[in-house]
Amino acid sequence: MKSLLRLYAIFHKEFTQLMRDRLTFGMIAGIPLIQLVLFGYAINTDVRNLTAALVDQAGTSMSRQMVSDMGASQVVDFQYQLATVEELTTLMDAGKISIGLVIPPDFDRRVLSGDRAAAQILVDGTDPIILGVGRQLASIPVNFDSPRRLQTPAGLEVRNFYNPERRSAVNIVPGLIGVILTMTMALFTAVAIVREKERGNMEFLITTPVKPLELMLGKILPYVAIGFIQVSLILLLGWILFSVPIQGKLSDVYLAALVFIAANLALGLFISTSAKTQFQAMQMTFFFFLPSILLSGFMFPFDGMPKAAQFIAEVLPLTHFNRIIRNIMLRGTELDFLSTDMLALIGFAFVALSIAILRFNKRLD
Amino acid sequence: MNSEKEKYAITATGLSRRFGDLFAVNNIDLKIPTGSIYGFLGPNGSGKSTTIRMLCGLLIPTSGTVEVLGLQIPKQAEILKNQIGYMTQKFSLYDDLTVKENLSFVGEIYAIPRKQRKLRVNELLEEFELLDRAKQRAGTLSGGQRQRLALAAAILHKPSLLLLDEPTSAVDPQNRRDFWATLFVLAEQGTTILVSTHYMDEAERCHRLAILDEGVIVADNSPKKLGENIDMNVYEVITEKTNEARVALSNISEVFSVTQVGLHLRVLLPKSVPDSLQKVEAVLQSNDLTGRVTAIEPNLEDVFVAVTEKHRQEERQEVIS
Repeated sequence: MKSLLRLYAIFHKEFTQLMRDRLTFGMIAGIPLIQLVLFGYAINTDVRNLTAALVDQAGTSMSRQMVSDMGASQVVDFQYQLATVEELTTLMDAGKISIGLVIPPDFDRRVLSGDRAAAQILVDGTDPIILGVGRQLASIPVNFDSPRRLQTPAGLEVRNFYNPERRSAVNIVPGLIGVILTMTMALFTAVAIVREKERGNMEFLITTPVKPLELMLGKILPYVAIGFIQVSLILLLGWILFSVPIQGKLSDVYLAALVFIAANLALGLFISTSAKTQFQAMQMTFFFFLPSILLSGFMFPFDGMPKAAQFIAEVLPLTHFNRIIRNIMLRGTELDFLSTDMLALIGFAFVALSIAILRFNKRLD
Repeated sequence: MNSEKEKYAITATGLSRRFGDLFAVNNIDLKIPTGSIYGFLGPNGSGKSTTIRMLCGLLIPTSGTVEVLGLQIPKQAEILKNQIGYMTQKFSLYDDLTVKENLSFVGEIYAIPRKQRKLRVNELLEEFELLDRAKQRAGTLSGGQRQRLALAAAILHKPSLLLLDEPTSAVDPQNRRDFWATLFVLAEQGTTILVSTHYMDEAERCHRLAILDEGVIVADNSPKKLGENIDMNVYEVITEKTNEARVALSNISEVFSVTQVGLHLRVLLPKSVPDSLQKVEAVLQSNDLTGRVTAIEPNLEDVFVAVTEKHRQEERQEVIS
């Protein structure tokens, strides 16, 4: 009973302070809003309307057919019609175009004989995404109506599951839940205990009967509520701005978020017991935050990373949460508490909180 | 044995604390009687705070034993924390909470039931003249108000031992007087109070006083007894040319110390020097200075200067031999 009252004391105090801290309160709503808009609109990995130039030295119906096929894909926009390859390379050197298509005079013969490349695509390779687009274009079969129709090789057909319109936002919004929670939850709690040390409150607190567990739990509980507010905000904005669906159960989204929030709060507390100043606590949080963003599969596909990076990524809670939340929101999978990813999150939270409590002693030395 | 325990709120033997190579507290013994106001007087860095922190378990002693209110410290420090109040020179409550919220928070932390807590908080607000500030944030209070709030918070759970680490360094004389009036009331009600200070006038009010210097207790008695016990004769010298007299007296090897207080000098000579009054007059005459020399009672500052200087001389001799 006494323990509960002490826990409530810390919780109540923390909550009151939080409500009065306008900057923190602004961040609670501001971070999800800004990030969602930024990532949703600006960071767009599906490429459209790349500026392109065309050198059609064949000028046959077959070549025109191919050019219009490419244009129809909307990936490239042929803004320049040029006579020579030299002109095209000049434009590319100047950065005016990203892609160039060169059709040689003997295009028809090349297509029919099929022994040499029929045409050439020149790509500005400084951006790997554009390079990827070039490869994609090269695989467009040259189709034309002709009695001696070219036999297209039995290529691979791509079927797009879960995101038929190939919109980045669909993938990014669920991922953003994890990124925003990692950033805010860990940061808020990382400074929570250091702040009391810096302001001299800690010297008073440790002379009272309050227990480390009561202090830790009392400090993180208000932030669980804040985490839920943020999740709701992201889901709502994602739905309004980008029509991102939730295929699975809404309660599963919140349950998964709860476990993930706990993991990040525990991490924040661990940082808090290690740092001496609020500035140090922030540095440590960012030390953790950067790999989380880069390696968790939020930015780059997990499977494309080297083994070592994957290994590090498996330690980060965000990696596991990204898998869980994408499963629930995009694939409509039911949340399974015994899945490896959920167990990893629960384990992380438990270990981090235990270390934090053990590290926190009610002494000054 | 039991009566011994009740007689002393705090006993410490051979208490030391080392930080790296430095002994912040070096082998001190303490016996602090229950219900008394016991003072630690010493300059900054003399080990006052370190000792107080060791007594309530915030720091682990390098060596020595501590017993506070019958509890072994640091082993039973957590039990002790329900029975002590602790206040430091730095305001350690929350600036962004109101006066009343701070007190309620402290009440909750000590797990005082709701009804009692409300009564106690209101009682303290009234007692410490904070009733009209109840809804004001602690960060906007004046120095005196903050200190009253801090003391109210420290005694909210009615501790039987109050540890005050330089509690009055940030307040004006009037607030200090009020503060001490409260301490006397608390002591009368049976609270043992340990207070550290570097103000002589404050030290003078303590029932008993330990003078600390460089981590060692150099004297320990009631302020009155300390004055009687020092091995010095104190003279007041009134002369027109105070500065010249000070220089002349300082050059005499028998003179222990010369301090200027306002327009006159306080001169300390060891009791072992015979006819010291005449000696001082002779020094003035030989320097063509006219003035009056009167023997006076030593005050606490004289005691402080005498015992710390004596301790340092002994240290030096130990090093030489």
